[in-house]
Amino acid sequence: MVSHLEDDDMATQELPIQEEIAGQCVDAHGGAIGMPQLCPEWMGNQIFWLAVTLIVIFLILSKIALPRIAAILAERTGTITNDIAAAEDLKRKAVEAEDAFNKAMADAKAEASRIVAEAKAEIQADLDVEIAKADAEIAAKTAESEKAIAEIQEGAMEAVQTVAKDTAKEIVAAMGASADARSVTDAVNARMKG
Amino acid sequence: MATETHAAEAAEGSGLVFHPMDQFIVKPLFGDGPVGMFTITNVTLWMFISVIAIVLLLVVGTSRRAIVPSRSQSLAELTYGFVYKMIEDVTGKDGLKYFPYIMTLFMFILFANMLGLIPGAFTTTSHIAVTGVLAVLVFATVTIMGFVKNGAGFLGLFWVASAPLALRPILAIIELISYFVRPVSHSIRLAGNMMAGHAVLKVFAGFAGSALIAPVAVGAITAMYALEMLVAFVQAYVFTILTCVYLKDALHPSH
Repeated sequence: MVSHLEDDDMATQELPIQEEIAGQCVDAHGGAIGMPQLCPEWMGNQIFWLAVTLIVIFLILSKIALPRIAAILAERTGTITNDIAAAEDLKRKAVEAEDAFNKAMADAKAEASRIVAEAKAEIQADLDVEIAKADAEIAAKTAESEKAIAEIQEGAMEAVQTVAKDTAKEIVAAMGASADARSVTDAVNARMKG
Repeated sequence: MATETHAAEAAEGSGLVFHPMDQFIVKPLFGDGPVGMFTITNVTLWMFISVIAIVLLLVVGTSRRAIVPSRSQSLAELTYGFVYKMIEDVTGKDGLKYFPYIMTLFMFILFANMLGLIPGAFTTTSHIAVTGVLAVLVFATVTIMGFVKNGAGFLGLFWVASAPLALRPILAIIELISYFVRPVSHSIRLAGNMMAGHAVLKVFAGFAGSALIAPVAVGAITAMYALEMLVAFVQAYVFTILTCVYLKDALHPSH
């Protein structure tokens, strides 16, 4: 221990050497002699504490830290995968919903046009019936009217004939000639036909 | 050693004090006694702080288990994914069952490196005793596992079947040497980077004591600090990815 110190210069010899502090590797001022890295005195201490430290770090890492971080990372990967799957599911559902909506829309449109067509047909049928009834009534009324007209006409003709006969008789009589009724009637009839 | 002390003493006289290596001294936290194996030292303190920081990030940060992560939780998830993907890419799917081990290494080195950059902090990973243990752990695990998984087939790692037959014995020797150099380079790379960076910072800090060059020194410290942040991360990454590469060799020894 002391041998190294004795190698030292005379200046240090004058100072009281504190052998408790000054080991092989430290001079009397507490300064390093050479490279402290090569001091064999301290190596045991360093190796011992290094071993303790490494074991502690290893236990902390392998028991707590690494499994936890691995779990966090796995959980995150899982969450991301799930979220992507859920997003795809939702997208698919949206597409399905859109399809369903379109289908319902098309159905509704078809239904609506069907109802419209049905209503139209019903109305048309009613209308046809009514028209037919009306036509029949009109026809009946027309026939009646025609009959009435024909009757009236006939009546009128007869009246005209009667008037014409009478008038012709009167005229003939007035003119002083007596005409026989039959010839007057024939003449009027012939005239009327003409 | 003596000359270094002389230089330090001489510098102290002129107002500039350089003790770039003092930051690496292991001290007991309580009292001034010698450093025994189980003494609570600054090593213990800073390793404990890195454990606390890891717990804060990976356990407290994820305690809400939110599907939509908070800032700390997404940082924890980012770290998890970073190491997980590294193993998957480098070692393959069958390397994933060693994920907790590799994550432990990565988290410890990353946090020890980063916490070491706090001014006044003690950088545990700047010590070869620490990185050496880490590297030997990896080396021993990988070697034993290689033999357990592949039996004698693991030696196929050294027998380059694709090379011409005459070259194979020579290549075997080179491969063997490079295999055994792995833990050395693996540990010295990390400890060396950490130590050099912190020592340089300290040297610049020493220069900042002189008013004349203080602006330059402070600027240099800022720049170095930024670089060291990068180095702290990159070295943790390099250590971890090399572990994955070695693990791949053990699982699939054929070239």
